[in-house]
Amino acid sequence: MKKGTKKFLCTALTAAMVLPMVACGSNGGNSGSKSSAAGGLDKTEVSDGGKVLNIAVWNDEFKSRIADHYKDYKKIDDNHGKIGDVKVNWVLKENKGNAYQNMLDKKLPNNLNASKDDRIDMFLIEADYALKYVDKDSNVALKLSDLGIKESDLEKQYEYTKDIVKDADGNIRGSSWQACSAGLIYNREIAKKVLGTDDPVEVQKSVADWDTFNATAKKMKEAGVKMTATTNDSYRVYSNNVSAPWVKDNKVTIDKNIEKWAKDSKELVDAEETTTSDLWSDDWSAGFKTANNDVFCYFGPAWLINFSMGNAPGSDKGDDGSIAYKGGWGFTNGPQGYYWGGSWICAANGTDNKSLVKDIILKMTTDDDVMKEIATKDSDCVNNKTVLEALASSDEGNNAVLGGQNPYKELAAGAEKVDMSNISKYDQGCNEAFQKAMKNFFDGKTDYDGAVKQFNKSVKETYPELK
Amino acid sequence: MVKKEKSKIGRYNKWGYIFLIPFFAVFVVFQLIPLFNTIYNSFFENYMSGLTQIGPNFVGLGNYKELLSNGDLGVYFKNTMIMWVMGFIPQIFFSLLFAAWFTNPSLKIKGQRFFKTVIYLPNLIMAAAFSMLFFTLFSRVGPINKMLISFGLIAKPYQFLSNVWSTRALIAFMNFIMWFGNTTILLMAGMLGISKDLYEAAEVDGATPTQIFFRITLPLLKPIFVYVMITSLIGGLQMYDVPQILTDGTGDPMRSSMTLIMYLNRHLYSKNYGLAGALSVILLLITAVLSLIVFRAMDFKKETK
Amino acid sequence: MKKNIGSIGIRRAIAYIVLVFFSILCLFWFVLLLVNSTRSNGELAGGFTLIPSRFFVINMTNLFKGSLPVVRGMLNSLIIAALSSILTVYFSTMTAYALTVYRFKGRTAILTFILAIMMIPTQVSALGFVNLVGAMGLEDSFIPLIVPAVASPVTFFYMKQYMSANLPMSLIEAARMDGAGEFKTFNMVCLPLMKPAIAVQMIFAFVASWNNYFIPSLVLYKDEKKTLPILIAQLRAADFLKFDMGQVYAMIAFSIFPVIVVYLFLSKYIVGGVTAGGVKE
Repeated sequence: MKKGTKKFLCTALTAAMVLPMVACGSNGGNSGSKSSAAGGLDKTEVSDGGKVLNIAVWNDEFKSRIADHYKDYKKIDDNHGKIGDVKVNWVLKENKGNAYQNMLDKKLPNNLNASKDDRIDMFLIEADYALKYVDKDSNVALKLSDLGIKESDLEKQYEYTKDIVKDADGNIRGSSWQACSAGLIYNREIAKKVLGTDDPVEVQKSVADWDTFNATAKKMKEAGVKMTATTNDSYRVYSNNVSAPWVKDNKVTIDKNIEKWAKDSKELVDAEETTTSDLWSDDWSAGFKTANNDVFCYFGPAWLINFSMGNAPGSDKGDDGSIAYKGGWGFTNGPQGYYWGGSWICAANGTDNKSLVKDIILKMTTDDDVMKEIATKDSDCVNNKTVLEALASSDEGNNAVLGGQNPYKELAAGAEKVDMSNISKYDQGCNEAFQKAMKNFFDGKTDYDGAVKQFNKSVKETYPELK
Repeated sequence: MVKKEKSKIGRYNKWGYIFLIPFFAVFVVFQLIPLFNTIYNSFFENYMSGLTQIGPNFVGLGNYKELLSNGDLGVYFKNTMIMWVMGFIPQIFFSLLFAAWFTNPSLKIKGQRFFKTVIYLPNLIMAAAFSMLFFTLFSRVGPINKMLISFGLIAKPYQFLSNVWSTRALIAFMNFIMWFGNTTILLMAGMLGISKDLYEAAEVDGATPTQIFFRITLPLLKPIFVYVMITSLIGGLQMYDVPQILTDGTGDPMRSSMTLIMYLNRHLYSKNYGLAGALSVILLLITAVLSLIVFRAMDFKKETK
Repeated sequence: MKKNIGSIGIRRAIAYIVLVFFSILCLFWFVLLLVNSTRSNGELAGGFTLIPSRFFVINMTNLFKGSLPVVRGMLNSLIIAALSSILTVYFSTMTAYALTVYRFKGRTAILTFILAIMMIPTQVSALGFVNLVGAMGLEDSFIPLIVPAVASPVTFFYMKQYMSANLPMSLIEAARMDGAGEFKTFNMVCLPLMKPAIAVQMIFAFVASWNNYFIPSLVLYKDEKKTLPILIAQLRAADFLKFDMGQVYAMIAFSIFPVIVVYLFLSKYIVGGVTAGGVKE
């Protein structure tokens, strides 16, 4: 064994001397093509005449919107289509473990080096990490003006949806068909029992700001129900209303409103008026069921009402024992304006289908008729002031899950109030890390300062450049 | 003995090298190059900030210093070992127990085929699917809490994943369920080689089942047993998927269930090639030292001769 | 003597109770998965139950009519898992054979070396591996998921241990006397003797490859190349309009079925008392 070990060390050492050169070699080889990636794409390339349109997505949502609402799209099979002579490829990579962003990180900075048919032409992003891709230095998403889209084309869109995709110079580099403004969804039966009314205007008075919200929580507790299912329900509401971004000059600061979320939530947890379960867990969704009927409210946008809380009354899927099926929910604005969700379409630097990409963005995110169709057929809360106003005053906007209530007036008003000028490209990591770290504080495993320390540690691991 | 063999089969020995070619060719291309890349990277500051690559800037042992100075590594090592031992002790105990029962001629267990077959089945379920079931079972509104409450053992739902030891216990339990069949099957395959005559002869000589197990089964199983010990230890040090999924990557409460590879994964996630590389090298050293200890303790030297 | 029988009776009873308990503990998860695959998304949100519902056919129909290439995915998974597990056991046995049967210069060093590399966690070289795959232009190819199986130190180690206990040199020498070449001796004499070990490692390798998400998700992009675990992840990441836990469970049940068949087939060699077949020393 001893002799063997010595020999092994010898072999290993020889190998160690030879191989780094190989490794260096391969690194060096890469760096040629990577050099443009290191500082972002330094030139902007956009042209017409491409034969293939590659669209990167993380799920089927945009694909089905295009198939249903973009008239020239002809489906070939589930992942391919045709628009005129141009072949459409859907490049789908799931979100799990950051796989989708990893794919974008790999392909977009090298987009100009790829052959024209292999280039990504369009890609979709979410708000939490939007700034990473609409950054002016990395320059992987085209300015909409490069495509010939004017600001006036976007005048019916809500401001916050444009703020999310603005680079440091104020150029818009993406566009969304959704304005996922959100509010407070309350259990009507509990509202009647505890607050004496289930009228949205009256209920709003009991949740108008955080102090009244917390006072109402005490009443709920006395009546034997929880105010919210978990502390994470209200996080977005607080974090959308901050006075400064998470990160400035590479320094992380915890905003007052976010700290308030932590302090408020701790009190609610200690008083057993909420729990520390995760969103989407069984414990969270237990309050959707008539059998439990013990959670007063959830925070969410239209899609949560329509797709997550249970089958709508009269649904062909039948009675799933949900409060939704009985039309037992009500909708109001809640303490502060916020949004949840939405996808933004970006044109990739290097696209060779300029006119087509421009047309898709315009049709799918600004055309009144298409927006109206999407709103009624897919129940998306669309990013179009005209359409939302029309829905607010029409029976088409009535929602069976909400007992026939029309939520569009609140949704439209909410969308006006959302202010996303304080986002940073670190939001996704910071928000996740903060909620996870604070769970320890709520569970009594550490004090607030200890949880903050934990948060700082996590953020530093995710973003090594931060202090 | 060795010399005699040598002269007899000396002319065949070049075949030893030939048979090793496929293994080493593939190893060099697909493992050694990436590995040296990893080691090389450990001496550089090299990570992604958004889409911008920072570095590589040579920092010498800077990454190692950073990792070793904050003291977290020791904690994660301890967590890993605690959870491994919590799962491994029942795992090896029951595997050996079943192995003993199945080979005990006087016990004559009926339905052996069935039992032997089912115990490996949980290993077929992927960890992600398994943990979905665990979340359902151990949630506040889940059946375990309902049962405990109806038995009067607790007054209100217990949050299993909000407490240090219950989290660790769940992780160990899930690892145990998933892997004890694996160990048992390895031991059983090893026991197939042991002749039935040996057992019968021992029984005729009046040996007790305990004696049979310790005097016949275990010694003949030794090579496989060494294998099980070493690979379990290595597998334990590399524990990742179960705690990662059950704690959503946080290793909470307060990182008390954060394992070494989960920590590595946090740096891989941010594409921090420098720190991840350094951490990999440290991990490699830890594994090597521990394995060496086990090899020595098990007297492996004799086996290799 | 009487006392002895009595105590054996008690021991046997204990053994049966423990074994039945563990069987239930092992089978419970499959029952739960199956039950969940019969429930709708709304029902699943209501948490645990062991009572099956009526949505199994609907979940399965939705799954196969949806946009996921599930059948193609299963085929891909089968190809990758079958080829990589065959390569793993064959070449690991060959490597073990080289280091057990032959005495050549550097043998101990090589053995130590392989045992050392066994300790490298997959994640450690994952980033380097993926970069390498990219540099070699092997993205969306099965090669990086199959060929590396040839060098599997853990399987090698088991084969080596098993061989040193179960492969009599006398048989090999007998084959040589008969004039068989070394390669033939390995295939005709050694491999049959290793059947139980091969079956065990084949199962492990197959299952590991079948359930592997980590590396395939970093290498495969095109839809027609994706494996089942990637498709499951995709299903779980579906948008809200389509998100359906019922389908997720149906997919899990669907993807577990082939691996059970493979396991039951291979496990004959381990649990069924099929003996090694050769002569014992």
